[in-house]
Amino acid sequence: MGIPVELLFEAVLFGILLGGFYAAVSAGLSVSFGLLDVPHVAHPAIMVFGSYCTWGLVRAGLDPIVAGLLLMPPFFLLGMAVYRFYYETFEKRGAEAGVRGIAFFFGVALIIEVGLILGFGVDQRIVEASYIGKSLSIGGDLRVPLRTLVVFCVAVLITVVLTLYMSKTFTGRAIKAVAQDEPALRLMGVNPVRIKQWAFGIATAIAALGGALLIIIGPVEPAMDRAYIGRTFAVVVLAGLGSMTGTVAAGMILGISESVVLMHPGLGASWAPAVSFALLLLVLGVRPQGLFGR
Amino acid sequence: MQGTTRSLLHIVARALGAVCAALLIAGGAFAQQPIKIGMSMPQTGSLGAGGKAELVALRMWVDDVNAKGGLLGRKVELIAYDDQTNPALTPGIYTKLLDVDKVDLLFAPYGTVPTAPIMPLVKQRGLLLMGNFSFQVNHTVKHDMWFNNLPAPDAESWFAGFFEQGQKVGAKSIAFLAADQEFAQNLANGAKELAKKAGMQTVYSQNYPPATTDFSSLIRAIRAAKPDMVFVCSYPNDSVAIVRAMNEIGVGDGVKLFGGGMVGLQFTPIMESLGSMLNGIVNYNSYVPGVKYPGIDEFLVRYQKKAAEEKVDPLGFYLPPFGYAMGQMLEQAVNGTKSIDQKKLAEYLHTHTMQTIVGPISYNKDGEWAQPRMLMIQFRGIADKNLDQWRQPGKQVVLYPPAYKTGDAVMPFDKARGK
Repeated sequence: MGIPVELLFEAVLFGILLGGFYAAVSAGLSVSFGLLDVPHVAHPAIMVFGSYCTWGLVRAGLDPIVAGLLLMPPFFLLGMAVYRFYYETFEKRGAEAGVRGIAFFFGVALIIEVGLILGFGVDQRIVEASYIGKSLSIGGDLRVPLRTLVVFCVAVLITVVLTLYMSKTFTGRAIKAVAQDEPALRLMGVNPVRIKQWAFGIATAIAALGGALLIIIGPVEPAMDRAYIGRTFAVVVLAGLGSMTGTVAAGMILGISESVVLMHPGLGASWAPAVSFALLLLVLGVRPQGLFGR
Repeated sequence: MQGTTRSLLHIVARALGAVCAALLIAGGAFAQQPIKIGMSMPQTGSLGAGGKAELVALRMWVDDVNAKGGLLGRKVELIAYDDQTNPALTPGIYTKLLDVDKVDLLFAPYGTVPTAPIMPLVKQRGLLLMGNFSFQVNHTVKHDMWFNNLPAPDAESWFAGFFEQGQKVGAKSIAFLAADQEFAQNLANGAKELAKKAGMQTVYSQNYPPATTDFSSLIRAIRAAKPDMVFVCSYPNDSVAIVRAMNEIGVGDGVKLFGGGMVGLQFTPIMESLGSMLNGIVNYNSYVPGVKYPGIDEFLVRYQKKAAEEKVDPLGFYLPPFGYAMGQMLEQAVNGTKSIDQKKLAEYLHTHTMQTIVGPISYNKDGEWAQPRMLMIQFRGIADKNLDQWRQPGKQVVLYPPAYKTGDAVMPFDKARGK
């Protein structure tokens, strides 16, 4: 059983928008895991924390996107503090830091989850905004949900700003350098720990904005981070560690494959996650370094 | 003088003896072990919101029983662990409850998915299990000591009202969208049988994976199939996403009825947040304001006070009254048999009608309600951001069953939504 061309086109369009969302929620991880090699499994939990903070600010009368932008500075500081603690207690101590680091970040995720339950309860939280629940009619039968369009635009903006920052500023280039050759950076008189701390702050700030996008897309609850650990790591690995352009491309691949499988009448929609991850395996089989990895 | 002293000593000695005897009796009673009731409850995860609200109601029942002197003169203690809505955890939790905590009686966790894995355990050990809003988990296990508090034993009693409305307006085709997990699949399969009996043609049927992010593609595919009715079986997070996508993408102006088995549209925070997006949807519910049961109004006043303190569902219409009723049934069985013997309790529950705050409940041989009372309602005239509107009758018009009917469905779907 095939899929009509018109529907296929719409499935791809919805997939591109969904892919933008996946790229946005993975962009922070692309910095922390992709560039800094920190096994940051608490990234989705920080994002969910950002969603709850957004929910609080929306209740105070702010738009979710504005709320997400306002949350970036405090989350930047939070990220710097978390990295410093991680560095002092784990990374500084050497070879087993990676494995123990995973345990550390699982602990952070659990603390955030329990904190959210104690602070907000377990009810699903939803935000309202002028672009949620409405669509943009683009001739004929084609209607595009405004919330996914808004999220896609923010995702593109994050990618552009982050790419420019990494390539045009001294700190951005230093972050890329610390990922490639830390001793060389040290020889040039730059403190790699401070650079990593700064980069982790940026990753956390982006996670806060990602949290705002998450609650725009759908309801959140404290344990929602678990559903995003696999997805965000898959996007970052598929992209090629640390590649911002790759993150968008990988998000699109997952988004489009998910959307097409969901809409296709002949394929079981239940296969959507399996198809996405099979694609991930396939790409890694051909290019182990990921789509845009070197 | 000596005689006076002696008689005084005699009196003091007698008084001391009486006090000691009283203390011994009181001490004996005090030393009696409490009756422990164990359960797991989803307190986090997708069913956590409902589970926590119901736990408030169950604790109210425990407090009420203890205020009356307990059961058989023993205090009641409720031990509840969080199963995280994870079916893989429940067998372990119930084994711990039985073998480590040594509980006397069991309540099932809220929901089909967490309950299904413990059915073999309770059957194997011959234990009474008070079911908690589970759908057909005893259907194949056939445990004769299972008693569910869900007011619908099968898909027919659950959704007869939905299909009846569709038939009234001559619906000929139907689309099915269901979550790919046990509860939704059981319901959807039952609903498919009902559709077949009603002579409806299935033009679309899709099972979506749990944790689906966006439903735009699925809703668009439903619109392309041009059904007369859309039947959805979903869990809370999905229900919200589906309602949003339905509002954005649309299901087509040929659709007469949309809804059916969407879990979550009964939870106050979700209803409040979705607001006017709910208008026109026809969905099941267990209780709505305006339905009269003895004692439920008083219960809800007390519950709502506690719910505000515990940050759970502020109105608590859906699950909490049925959780409290589950306790009431156990209480009547224990008092009726003057025992906590599991077999005697099961026999009592099979042969008596229980009086509860959700009305009288009697059981069929499978431990399901002999007289089902699941409501089919239509959301009407819902405004955005207004919690108080949900306290009034009329916002959820009861279409079915006839005994509780408060109005007819407005169809087609677009008309019901005011478009």
